[in-house]
Amino acid sequence: MNKEAKISCKNIWKLYGEAPEKFLKNTNNNPTTEEIKKNNYIPAVRDASIDVNTGEILVIMGLSGSGKSTLLRCMSKLIEPTHGQVFFEGSDLLKASEKELIDIRRHKMGMVFQHFALLPHRTVLQNVAFPLEVQGQEIQKREERAKDVIKLVGLEGREKYYPRELSGGQQQRVGLARSLAVEPDVWFLDEPFSALDPLIRKEMQNEFLRLQSMLKKTIVFITHDFDEAIRLADRIAIMYEGLIVQVGTPEELITKPATDYVAEFTKDIPRSKLLNAESIMNEKDKKPYENTVNYSDKIEKIASKVLKSESIFSVVDDNKEVLGSVSKKELIKALFAEDKNE
Amino acid sequence: MNKIKTILTGKFFFIFGPFILLWLLRYVIPNYTISSKTPHWAYIPPKSCLGGCGSIDGLIPFVDWTNALIQFLRKYEIFGLFTFRDFTRGIANYVDKFLDFTEAVLHKGFPSYDVGPLPWIFILTLTIILGFYLRGWRLALLGGACFSYLILFSKRGIWELSMKSLAAISVSAPLAALIGLCLGILAVKRKRFANFLWPMLNILQSLPHFSYLILVVIFVGIGTKAGVIATVIFAFPPMARLTILGLQNISQEIKEAGVMAGCTKWQMLFKVEIPAARSPIMLGINQVIMQCLAMIVIAAFIGQPGLGHDLLIRLQGLRLGEAFEIGVAVVLIAITLDRYSQALALKEPERREGNFVKRNPYLCATFFAIIICSILVFLFPFFNEYPKELTVSASVYLDNAIKSFTRSLFVPLGIFRDWMLIYFLMPLKAVFQSMPWTGVILFVGAIGWKLGKMRLALTVMLFVFFIASSGYWVRAMITVYMVFASLVICALIGIPLGIWASKKESRTKIVLNICDIFQTFPSFIYLLPAIMLFQISDVSAIFAIVIYSSIPMVRYTVFGLRNVPQQIIEASITSGCTDRQLLWKVKMPLAFPEIILGANQTLMFALFMVMIAGFIGTVDLSQEIFRALSFSDGGKGLIIGLCVAFIGLTADRLLVEWSSQMKSKLGFKV
Repeated sequence: MNKEAKISCKNIWKLYGEAPEKFLKNTNNNPTTEEIKKNNYIPAVRDASIDVNTGEILVIMGLSGSGKSTLLRCMSKLIEPTHGQVFFEGSDLLKASEKELIDIRRHKMGMVFQHFALLPHRTVLQNVAFPLEVQGQEIQKREERAKDVIKLVGLEGREKYYPRELSGGQQQRVGLARSLAVEPDVWFLDEPFSALDPLIRKEMQNEFLRLQSMLKKTIVFITHDFDEAIRLADRIAIMYEGLIVQVGTPEELITKPATDYVAEFTKDIPRSKLLNAESIMNEKDKKPYENTVNYSDKIEKIASKVLKSESIFSVVDDNKEVLGSVSKKELIKALFAEDKNE
Repeated sequence: MNKIKTILTGKFFFIFGPFILLWLLRYVIPNYTISSKTPHWAYIPPKSCLGGCGSIDGLIPFVDWTNALIQFLRKYEIFGLFTFRDFTRGIANYVDKFLDFTEAVLHKGFPSYDVGPLPWIFILTLTIILGFYLRGWRLALLGGACFSYLILFSKRGIWELSMKSLAAISVSAPLAALIGLCLGILAVKRKRFANFLWPMLNILQSLPHFSYLILVVIFVGIGTKAGVIATVIFAFPPMARLTILGLQNISQEIKEAGVMAGCTKWQMLFKVEIPAARSPIMLGINQVIMQCLAMIVIAAFIGQPGLGHDLLIRLQGLRLGEAFEIGVAVVLIAITLDRYSQALALKEPERREGNFVKRNPYLCATFFAIIICSILVFLFPFFNEYPKELTVSASVYLDNAIKSFTRSLFVPLGIFRDWMLIYFLMPLKAVFQSMPWTGVILFVGAIGWKLGKMRLALTVMLFVFFIASSGYWVRAMITVYMVFASLVICALIGIPLGIWASKKESRTKIVLNICDIFQTFPSFIYLLPAIMLFQISDVSAIFAIVIYSSIPMVRYTVFGLRNVPQQIIEASITSGCTDRQLLWKVKMPLAFPEIILGANQTLMFALFMVMIAGFIGTVDLSQEIFRALSFSDGGKGLIIGLCVAFIGLTADRLLVEWSSQMKSKLGFKV
């Protein structure tokens, strides 16, 4: 097991159908697609193993029905996996007693839902204070804390509103606040921005990044939107029909897709937004030129500068050490990489 | 030849074939009619009750068995300590304690403390404030008008009667709601209990009131507390149902949010699930209150005093003017309680900021009102007890009006009545009475089987067999005839009305509102115009049934037609449909499954009303039930009740299955 892993999933299976445990046992916990189909089981998650490292944003990405939400729910034991193990901070979550589970959820986990899942009969303040209330905290203490979190997500002044009086984006801010009220170690977000308008979605993504830069939580984020995944992720896991097809950094997925399915996904992603100067530079040319670009600058940022000028640019690191060079040639090669393959 | 073959294997022949064959056999087998002394066993079940028989044993002596069981429960001492009857009476005594309290508050006062009942001015003012709080001035006006009527028209004691009825309701409604809520929660949490509860609820809700009234008389006695217990039994099933539905329909995410917050099971229930299912649960409470009101009159049969009791006496004495006055009181109370509880169900919490008075305006208003009223009551006796000399009564004028109205219409109404009897009802009755029971069993079985459900077929066949073997087949077929005749008339009135109403938004609104109001009327009220117009005959019974049970027919027709997707209508119009084509080729076929459901509801309403119409002398099962009631014959009452329930359930199972199959064929969600 990875030492850094906050959550570690080992061979998670979730099948729907009649007595799925027995079926899995009979097939040595490794049934083929044909076997599953023939016996009328619906596979939600198949043999998923993945680690979530402390402090990272892991995005699980897939189309609807790919099992991403089920996998997330297995991690918090909202759904009991048919087979497999989930280690939370090194201890087996599936063996935890009901009481231990409640304790873990009360103090270490927070979750945000696609359709907000706010309690309609409670005000914003009462909704955010809810997880503290069920812990048995005193009303004064919990409302104080709730007010702090509400301020954090920028809803100050709306404490007494009811959810129906808020817009979708505001409601999800309440959802974020509620999940953060207990100061969880792990933050689960299940397609939190999918139900929002595109403009609001962008705003909420920024908000999310702002919060994370302050809080540094361990995050599992579910989405079906690859753009969103790339914007937010440290690592992305792509799921297809219950299987985890590939796990890697956004750059890895684009530059080295493991399967055609992943390649198909990444095809339309504008490389300029993703690749940085370092990943496209000519490493052999370490001459110091007059003009420089930082190694971590994304292509979209340096493109116009480089393309307008006829000269070559040095790629330098934070200490002004020269790492390589970029010119029009490298830039065009990187942006139109597909053409090269044809 | 081929043609004959297709007919013989076709759907139509498969369903009706055995039935027709048996019917034709009447020309071969002697003694087929019910008028002969020994009808053939294939037509009339042996030992079946023909005409005026008292307590009888059927093919299978269900009645005797039930009576034996009742005797056992009455006499056998559990652990040698107490009988089941002692147990039920013990519970009833607890109920009586609550009843003592509400009765004291509303109309008896507390003599030992020398305190009178709550003065009318309090009740009126608090009702108005509550109306404002729940929805606004319109509701407050309704509540105020209702109680003003009760106060003003109290010459014959309507106010006291209303308070008696309200005292009973304010015990039975909370009790029924609590029981329903608990059973509902239990059913959602324990699958096995749900499997047991659903069929129980089905039977309880289709059992006619009178059949368990008899059991209540046996195990509890008579009077207000017996009435309250009967009411509770009658009123809790819709609450349980709506609780189950409400809890099951909570979105998965909200439940997950509760779990992720770390709720324990009890916290889940009280902090997440019940609040999230608040609206359906509150609608359940609305239903409970309406059922309690419906029972006002029926509970009077076992000696519960109040509005119902006096209404009944006046109806029996044909003092229609006075009955009308009380009827209006019942209806007003019904509408008021219905609207208030609906408003409660739909009320969303409101955000108020500012100082204490601003945050709690209604609480302050109530406090203020209580002080003012107390001062008024203290200073002026007028506000304590409304003086009798200032009350009015319109019953004399009403009596005269009704008399002159019916006199002027006597001839045409008489002609209409006789025409209906001779050309529609009598022939239809003859058809139903000559139906062989064996044929009917095969008929329902064949439909069930054709719908593709062996289990369904067996269930409905068993239902019919129960009726046949109970000994009440002949009476049951008269009930079926009455229900069928009403259903036909309801469809003839309800479907066209529904079509008309669905054409325009404004019409729909008006018609649905009228339906709403009609539905709040307690069923006995419908007997009033029926007796006024047609005296006592099958026609007046059918008239009462038809007005009561047309409501769902109209409602479902409108609902079905208005729910045809707008896209489809637009597509048809652009294809060049005329209005008529649009209706018959597009809308009606799509609305048909919904209309079938409407027919099913109409049937249930009619069955329920037939039992009440027994009060004005029909010769079907209801008459036997009334007889059983007056003899306290529990076994007979229960078995006849089950017969009625099974008639209803047979039709319900088949129609609902048919409708949902059609819906899924049309691609609608079921």
